[in-house]
Amino acid sequence: MISPYRSSTVALLYLLLCCSTLGIQQTSQAVELRGDLSLEGFLFLSDPAWKGQEDQSASIAANIEFYHDFQNNLSFTLEGFYRQDSQDKERSHGDLRLAEFLYYNNNLEITAGFGRIFWGATEFVHLVDIINQTDQVDALDGEEKFGQPMVHVSVPGDWGVVEAFALPWFRERSFPGVEGRFRTPLPVDTDNAQYESSSEEHHLDLAFRYATTLASADIGLYFFQGTARDPVLLLNLDSPQSPTLYPYYQQINQSGLDLQLAAGEWLLKGEAYYRTGQSRSYAATTFGFEYTFTGIAESMMDLGLIGEYVFDDRDNGWLPTVYENDIMGGLRLAVNDMADSTLLLGVIRDLDSGSTIIALESSRRLGENIRLNLDASFFIDMDYSDPAYAMAKDDFIKLEMVWYW
Amino acid sequence: MISFSISNRSLLSATLCWLLLISSPLAVQAETAEEKGLAIAVEAHLRDEGFGDYTSDMTMTLRNKQGKESKRAIRGKTLEVADDGDKSLSIFDTPRDVKGTAFLSFSHKVGDDEQWLYLPALKRVKRINSRNKSGSFMGSEFAYEDIASQEVEKYNYKHLREEELGGLLCYVSESYPVDKKNSGYTRRITWLDKEEYRIQKVEYYDRKKSLLKTLTVSGYQQYLGKHWRADDMKMVNHQTGKSTSLHWENYQFNTGLTEVDFNSTSLKRIR
Repeated sequence: MISPYRSSTVALLYLLLCCSTLGIQQTSQAVELRGDLSLEGFLFLSDPAWKGQEDQSASIAANIEFYHDFQNNLSFTLEGFYRQDSQDKERSHGDLRLAEFLYYNNNLEITAGFGRIFWGATEFVHLVDIINQTDQVDALDGEEKFGQPMVHVSVPGDWGVVEAFALPWFRERSFPGVEGRFRTPLPVDTDNAQYESSSEEHHLDLAFRYATTLASADIGLYFFQGTARDPVLLLNLDSPQSPTLYPYYQQINQSGLDLQLAAGEWLLKGEAYYRTGQSRSYAATTFGFEYTFTGIAESMMDLGLIGEYVFDDRDNGWLPTVYENDIMGGLRLAVNDMADSTLLLGVIRDLDSGSTIIALESSRRLGENIRLNLDASFFIDMDYSDPAYAMAKDDFIKLEMVWYW
Repeated sequence: MISFSISNRSLLSATLCWLLLISSPLAVQAETAEEKGLAIAVEAHLRDEGFGDYTSDMTMTLRNKQGKESKRAIRGKTLEVADDGDKSLSIFDTPRDVKGTAFLSFSHKVGDDEQWLYLPALKRVKRINSRNKSGSFMGSEFAYEDIASQEVEKYNYKHLREEELGGLLCYVSESYPVDKKNSGYTRRITWLDKEEYRIQKVEYYDRKKSLLKTLTVSGYQQYLGKHWRADDMKMVNHQTGKSTSLHWENYQFNTGLTEVDFNSTSLKRIR
């Protein structure tokens, strides 16, 4: 999935920099190498909906991070990822999550290479986050992202920070294969992606962002012009025996807003965007609150209450979404023990169809360097009209053990 | 944080400073216990004024009732801000699963502090509500309000007595949080040595007015010929039997930190 050409450019630049600094500084070049190795097992609680899927799967994944500080405010970070999945060929995949040079001084910061940017405020749905493509097959919550080739300039000041992004190469979204769970009824043929732009994945996407803090609020505003990260899935009937879907990536303009605000004991969060370019123009928003009780039940435990709502005004015939008019509630328990145990219970309910997703995430440390994660999701009363109906039979329990080195 | 500026060094507002200067010669006989308590807190603060900035490396050791230990390595950076509370940044190096997590805090003399958490896995900056000050800092016996910059204005004071502690003659004063609603304490009793105004011991009383925790401070060293910083602190929770020890190394003053080292752009490139 990684273009050898792009990665080798980054590698060449890195070697050049290493050589050029070698003569100047024989010592004190800080180098760090670390990573993690994880084992993961899925147990599905219902028989699969589609042929080829199985009741369980296992995978092994590794992250390696290499960091080189050239001194003089210049550094290079490389983060590679690979997963081998027992069941889904599409889930066995690797990526350059980061391969980034960073230079900064008091007036600006420049990064070049494969980078990762997060924009957003809310807990359940990440609506406005657009720079990086979602590695959909790796994590169902959409929080795993592909490294995005970019040149990124930030200019911070007392008034906030202005950022400009040039994104010269588009990364396609990953989708589960025929044998993977959480897939659409017809599999998505990612080898057959189509683009609106004649430059296809080489279209130069641009983004600009301004972010600032006003009183107790963090506000971000951005404009993005380029390839939509979320494709439309279209039907391919070339071989009528085995129809497939293929992703179609359109050109869009999107203006977005994100907001985090401390108001008394409450944290208020909101995101919104307005998009043109796909079918008719539309807007989407999500907002909500978080309230934390500290030291509950005369213990060290903190209990956070989260309430959020998402509304999406898109043309549902053309661009289906799971989150069109949904309400979300969450309980977040931080035990504050040595093992840093946490428990998150979330419920998402579609107000129109009544489809409900219950998600449980729990985590604790074992010893100093191992973390154990136990997650479960249940899809309840899934309505046929809801795009999430495809997952109606995918109730699962997932156990993951991650060793950090 | 983690200035761990438990050494009371918020900047005093000019007005308050003048009031004290004017009133102190007149108030020799008439000084109330409250005035004396405040004057001691102000003096402790003034003695540390002008430190500019510093960095340090800290090891935090959590210990449960059975004596089982778990360690965290945290680097701290602190910037003194004229006429307001300090800015501070804490970066976690271990446990490895939270490596690179950073806690940024802007303390304010009046009103709520501002706090953010940087989560490196998502490259996400999350605002935290600073009113959750009674919550545990990273599973330790230190609450957020214990590690926050101890601005003079955040407490009311009352001098109790003088007494010897560990060979040092100390001022013993009570302090009461101004933000009663969100603090986990009804009062604190603080032992400050008369010679150098350094915190030697603090007792914390919970909302039910029972003794909750005791902090003891040791290994003070002086930097730049003026600023005292402790090498060790130990917080014991009397109600649970758990404790947290903090050990500092490698204090560096005048490192050239400025405001730009404490903004969201620099937070995202923290290592």
